[in-house]
Amino acid sequence: MNRSSASWVPWLLLLPALVLLVAFTHYPAAATLWHSVFSTARAGASSVYVGPENYQALADDPVFWQALRNNLLFALVTVPVAIVLSIVMALWVHRQVPGRALLRLAYFTPAILPMIAVANIWLFFYTPQYGLIAQISQAFGWGDHNWLGQPGTALPALMVVTIWKEAGFFMIFYLAALQQISPTLAEAAALEGASRWQFFRRVQWPLLMPTTVFVVINAVINAFRLVDHVVVMTRGGPDNATQLLLYYIYQVAFSFWDTSYAAALTVVLLTLLAIVAFVKFRLLDSRTHYQ
Amino acid sequence: MRRTILKTFAASLATLAFGGLTSHAIAQQKPVELQFYYPVAVGGPVTKIINDLVADFEKDHPTIKIKPVYAGSYQDSVVKALTAAKAGTPPQLAVLAAADVFTLIDEDAVVPIDSIADTAADKQWLDSFYPALMLNSRINGHTWGVPFQRSTIVMYWNKDAFREAGLDPDRAPANWDELVSYAQKLTRRDASGNVTQWGIKVPSVGFAYWLFQAFTTPAGIELMNPAGTKTFLNAPQAVQSLQYWVDLTTKYKVMPTGAIEWGTTPKDFLEKKTAIIYTTTGNLTNIRTNASFPFGVGKMPTKVRGGSPTGGGNFYIFKKSTPEEKQAAMTFIKWATTPERAAQFGIDTGYVAVTPAAWETPAMKAYVQKVPAAAVARDQLGVSVAEFSTHDNQRVTKALSDGLQAALTGTKSPKQALDDAQREADRILRPYAR
Repeated sequence: MNRSSASWVPWLLLLPALVLLVAFTHYPAAATLWHSVFSTARAGASSVYVGPENYQALADDPVFWQALRNNLLFALVTVPVAIVLSIVMALWVHRQVPGRALLRLAYFTPAILPMIAVANIWLFFYTPQYGLIAQISQAFGWGDHNWLGQPGTALPALMVVTIWKEAGFFMIFYLAALQQISPTLAEAAALEGASRWQFFRRVQWPLLMPTTVFVVINAVINAFRLVDHVVVMTRGGPDNATQLLLYYIYQVAFSFWDTSYAAALTVVLLTLLAIVAFVKFRLLDSRTHYQ
Repeated sequence: MRRTILKTFAASLATLAFGGLTSHAIAQQKPVELQFYYPVAVGGPVTKIINDLVADFEKDHPTIKIKPVYAGSYQDSVVKALTAAKAGTPPQLAVLAAADVFTLIDEDAVVPIDSIADTAADKQWLDSFYPALMLNSRINGHTWGVPFQRSTIVMYWNKDAFREAGLDPDRAPANWDELVSYAQKLTRRDASGNVTQWGIKVPSVGFAYWLFQAFTTPAGIELMNPAGTKTFLNAPQAVQSLQYWVDLTTKYKVMPTGAIEWGTTPKDFLEKKTAIIYTTTGNLTNIRTNASFPFGVGKMPTKVRGGSPTGGGNFYIFKKSTPEEKQAAMTFIKWATTPERAAQFGIDTGYVAVTPAAWETPAMKAYVQKVPAAAVARDQLGVSVAEFSTHDNQRVTKALSDGLQAALTGTKSPKQALDDAQREADRILRPYAR
């Protein structure tokens, strides 16, 4: 009696979390994989097994490849820039500067604003002729540019918004981490006559590594999950210049109602995110020193 | 004595209670409840106008309760309605893009209007709308949508700007060549060569395919067949049309380069950043309320002919609703399209009132006398064509819009862009073309 009860009690305790995890994570993932090898049911034609057909279509789909390229570029640019900026800001507001609380608040504001509101604000900044940027540049006589309407600048314009938003958010993590570092280390470094750069390079940066790992993973995942800004600011245009994976999935699934093809696209996105998670757990973690 | 008083009191209390109950029961005779999705695609307080419309209707029809649900843009609205339909809880009634009719039929989401409204009087009612507005409704011998917030593309021009440029402020450019010469005179640059006022803006984000039809219709080509199974995107006249649109930016430099937002175009006009815009007549009331200058409204300039595509939203009735709900929805649709109501909605928004009878109402006559511009869209209906609409509409439309944007931003030549779009459309429509 005692022994048998001992074996199911832990499972019972796990059950609530397990139910949620299965219902909202594992089942949808498995169902997506399953749906991706069937055709989309249409009025008059039910769904049939088509094997890898959806994936073959994917390989021939120029919009998918463009979305993937855009997404990779997006992550490659926004993640490092946002991290460097956030560290600089954290180091700045970590020190005893006048108006420190106000500075911290100012840097953090973008992170607490709703994404749609943020996108709308930036939409106004970028508007040609009377937007904020246009007004400033015209005051200097630099002329006007249609930032969101040109394929060359539309994606970079979105990147700027993301960096602006993410850097403030990551700053909070770095600030917390900096405050965890014992002040005795700073005193010791000062006694040794270390410069500010040496102190950062040899003491702070290594101690910030766990935070950096966390932030990098989150930033990469966010880059692949981004959709709000695209919806509000460009809807993937002009001519797919700002097409990102998640927005394309939305279009295929809900504008075109090609749900099985959307499932195949989702599998690709899931795989990418799984790789990111794998890198975190296997590679970066083992090289990171935790206190 | 005391007992009697108590008795009377009890009796009257009972009467009160029971009487109250009976009248309560009558009032509660289970009203039919309808969900009504509708989109907003123009500036101005359309949500309030719709809410007032529904409130007025409920006053006349206490047995029907309608819950209006604002569902976003036309694209968002059809997504919401179809998602709800697939989840088994569609609205009973919706205003959705006239151009989405094939999608709604293919998804088996809506019923033909003439399957509910099937009497001789109903047939007469369905024939009372402007024929141009029914082009996107009548498919396979059935009528699937009833015109409601319908429009055509019109040209708005700033009369002050015309005067300053030495042009007749009361005359719109009549053809393509005139449009270019007018726009050249209207484009103003400052000392360092930066443009302070553009000649013209034609939006290319949002409804690029529709604005394209504002060029292809005058050029004398229709972009699809009525069955929605074939497109003619790279026909010579279509290529010529796109070339002209591109030339406005690159060759004549009277329109800014790059994609132009649908939503900000009326604002650009109100801010005097452009002298002419192409947009829906549905923006008329918005512009009339907010313009600080006199403006004119004109038809599409001609090439080999005049004309504009129709556009906007139709009433649809969803399949998964009870017969009572369908009847109630029908009652609302008929009520909303009576001449008086159609006229009032047209006056409130700027959308074109959908029946000739609506233009004969005293309210409309008075309005047209005050705002002659309102009649332009109506007069243009005579030369209007169907809005671009095919099976798998959103996907084909995206292929076309992508191509148009590629050409307008200079990444492809007009010919190349339309060849690519046509190839993509052929591929998508292959299953339907058989």
